[in-house]
Amino acid sequence: MISIPTPNPLRLERPLFLSRVPAGFPSPAEDYVEGSLDLNEHLIAHREATFFMRVQGHSMTGAGIQDGDLLVVDRSLEAGHGDIVVAVVDGELTVKRLWRRGGRVRLLAENPAYAPIDLKDGQELAVWGVVTNIIRSVR
Amino acid sequence: MFALVDGNNFYVSCERVFDPKLEGRPVVVLSNNDGCVVARSQEVKALGVKMGVPWFQLRELARQHGIVAKSSNYSLYGDMSARMMAVLGRYSPEQEVYSIDECFLGMDGFERCALAGYGRRIRAQVRQWLGLPVCVGFGATKTLAKLANFVAKKRPEFGGVCDLAALSPVARDELLAGIDVGEVWGVGHRGTPRLKALGIDNVKALRDADPTWLRREFSVVLERTVAELNGTPCIDLEEAAPAKQQIMSSRAFGAYVYDLAGLEEAVATYVGRAAEKLRRQGSLAGAVQVYIRTNPFKEGHPQYQRGLTVPLPEPADDTRLLVRAALLGLRRLFKPGYAYQKAGVMLMDLTGARHTQAALFDTDRGNPALMRVMDRVNACWGRGTLRLAAEGIDPHWRMRRGMMSPCYTTRWAELPRVS
Repeated sequence: MISIPTPNPLRLERPLFLSRVPAGFPSPAEDYVEGSLDLNEHLIAHREATFFMRVQGHSMTGAGIQDGDLLVVDRSLEAGHGDIVVAVVDGELTVKRLWRRGGRVRLLAENPAYAPIDLKDGQELAVWGVVTNIIRSVR
Repeated sequence: MFALVDGNNFYVSCERVFDPKLEGRPVVVLSNNDGCVVARSQEVKALGVKMGVPWFQLRELARQHGIVAKSSNYSLYGDMSARMMAVLGRYSPEQEVYSIDECFLGMDGFERCALAGYGRRIRAQVRQWLGLPVCVGFGATKTLAKLANFVAKKRPEFGGVCDLAALSPVARDELLAGIDVGEVWGVGHRGTPRLKALGIDNVKALRDADPTWLRREFSVVLERTVAELNGTPCIDLEEAAPAKQQIMSSRAFGAYVYDLAGLEEAVATYVGRAAEKLRRQGSLAGAVQVYIRTNPFKEGHPQYQRGLTVPLPEPADDTRLLVRAALLGLRRLFKPGYAYQKAGVMLMDLTGARHTQAALFDTDRGNPALMRVMDRVNACWGRGTLRLAAEGIDPHWRMRRGMMSPCYTTRWAELPRVS
């Protein structure tokens, strides 16, 4: 039998070990490894229903929402009194605080320069989603 | 038991989620290069606009009725589709994604719960989580589920959900007798006129036709369809899409291309896209087909159309090797003096990356590490970030998409704005 060395030998898959312990001490931290923190896990409860939006303007500065901030918006949540919501008003998306008491519904800006939006009788409130987090870069 | 869930006017609905001004207005979505209508809102359907109509023929009607046209934004539709399919997948252990906007769900074992109520829950959740309207049809077979979905869509009294099995036999017969036979899944444009000529013009008549006679007159496929209409499942759910046997990438150009250099850029770009898909499914291509053509609708202009298949010395998935083969073919095809309107490539003879036959003589096997880096960079920073120089820089033949909405859900710079 004649054997010829192959010019491109097959690559052999080798198992990867997390730590090498041929001699000496195993790492004492090894039993405590938990993986790392994932911001998505922290900020997003319902992946499919979560969207990001960019704030334009100053109507919510009192609630800590600045021009240019990134909002995490969850559509799966039922909006309640006091929630910051993205609502549809006259075909535009707007971020406001939802105020709902005694059968009255209003969308409040958190900046004295902006008037609250009152829903008239028969006008249905169209909440697009509930704001769950505000993300801002500081540099 | 099966469910078919289908998005209503899916592309238009996706546009409306992020641009609520479009709600209640007539909206169309146009094909690549803003050519033809590929999706219509209910308002546009009511105006009698048919699918596939060229946009330029609609200009006058659009002015009269304020029709809004959008270029197709497949990044947006694809992302919304993936979200929708993930939500729907929780309603059954078995799911077959049938197209971008519809999927089958296996409903075996669900018969004992009220399916109509289950369908309403599905509808309500997709509406709330994604803002998309869907219709749900239930049936004992996939063909019946499709039909039930059609009923749910066309008959408002069903409220978007139809369970055919829950109807009384009399009501069901009456319903099926009122539906054109062409609406049955699998009958198609070719079968419809022949069936009608034989007096089978509605779904009930087809269901009650003699299956052996149908097999003789038509095909075993139609016999199977009739069995399905009678509640005998013949078509299974396909949960894992089979790996594609060919991968196509072709586009019409935004402007005519006259020179070889322009065509080379286009062909290299299409190969790049197809090769990325090829690597994603873990296949190798054995041959590359290239074709180019002029505009067949431009009467009085010289016409030319030709294709050529170039076999590779060894199956490959390296973009550079595939581009080299495609350009070799293109240079053989190209004839000067024509206004080229379209080019395309097809990767053929696909095999799994593991079962390859090595060539007798050592050939260039490409560089898998380089391809991996390219795919990852492009997945991260957008298509075409890393590409071959052969694909050109800012080519003039690129698609026209003058009325495209932002990629609201897939690009940081294009997020929806809220004031």
